[in-house]
Amino acid sequence: MQEYQARIDGPVTGLDVLSTAEDWASAGRKAAIATVIETWGSAPRPVGSHLVIDADGNFEGSVSGGCVEGAVVTEALDVIESGAPKILEFGVADETAWQVGLSCGGRIRIFVEPLTGAAG
Amino acid sequence: MDVGLLQTLNTERAARRAAILVSPLDGRPQRLIKHSDSWQDDPLAEALERRFRSGKSGIVEIADGPDLFLTVQVPPPRLVIIGAVHISKALVPMAQIAGFDVAVIDPRGAFASEARFPADILHADWPEDVLNTAPLDPFTALAAVTHDPKIDDYPLISALKSDCFYVGALGSRKTHGKRAERLQAAGLTTSQINRIDAPIGLDIGAASPEEIAVAVLGQIISALRKPTEIGE
Repeated sequence: MQEYQARIDGPVTGLDVLSTAEDWASAGRKAAIATVIETWGSAPRPVGSHLVIDADGNFEGSVSGGCVEGAVVTEALDVIESGAPKILEFGVADETAWQVGLSCGGRIRIFVEPLTGAAG
Repeated sequence: MDVGLLQTLNTERAARRAAILVSPLDGRPQRLIKHSDSWQDDPLAEALERRFRSGKSGIVEIADGPDLFLTVQVPPPRLVIIGAVHISKALVPMAQIAGFDVAVIDPRGAFASEARFPADILHADWPEDVLNTAPLDPFTALAAVTHDPKIDDYPLISALKSDCFYVGALGSRKTHGKRAERLQAAGLTTSQINRIDAPIGLDIGAASPEEIAVAVLGQIISALRKPTEIGE
């Protein structure tokens, strides 16, 4: 019976990005959440995918197949520092703003926001 | 994102309740809309309704303000099968491969044996007892396949009242006619009773239990992905 309850409630595991974000905040770690808000072409991760990043550059989750996470983490450190959200855009056609591209040829927009307030 | 808002969102997700986080992309404060809130008068009501149904996150443009990003969190689809019968033996692995959380409920020990079904999804109890502890919800499909009204009727009524996205019942048209009479006597409306898919499954001429399982799963996926066509 207990097992059934657990399944119905849906396991919120350590791999769940938003739960990880909450855990980090509860532990007093400063963090930012990056979310894929728009995709064009063959983007590796769907709209709504999350990456959570802390002030030391640790991260969980993914917003691409690993192509742009490094750049997102760098920008997220900036967002944690300044407290102001940012919108990032990545794609092979967009060489001017970003050196990092998606090898699959797709394009993605990512919203990076700080996690604010105290855990209650 | 405010940590308090994140905690509320995670609480809703853990309880299998849908919620949408509305984020203005210029960094203004976000707000969280729970499916159980009365959001029908919200300026975004139309977009909220569409996205609660589709489960898809995305950008919404509004006339007098910044673009909004809607993070849509709906529970993973679940299939509750009433009856640990031959059809269920095929339906369980197929539904799991298709990404459903699956549970099988059957009070009859001879059917509900762990030799026949994985222990972690099997409940050898009456549906009343299991569903009282773990209620059905709109993100759950229910398939009643025991042929026995003593076992099937309660979960069917419960599924219709809980607004399960799919409700199917095994049995001929004649059997279903009698079932409809019983459910009407139990206080269900005609439109609720008409939501039951009976005889169960897509009309693909399924003959064996395994083929019937394919027909049932096909219909459940159709109800999940093309919800407007239910009951039409």
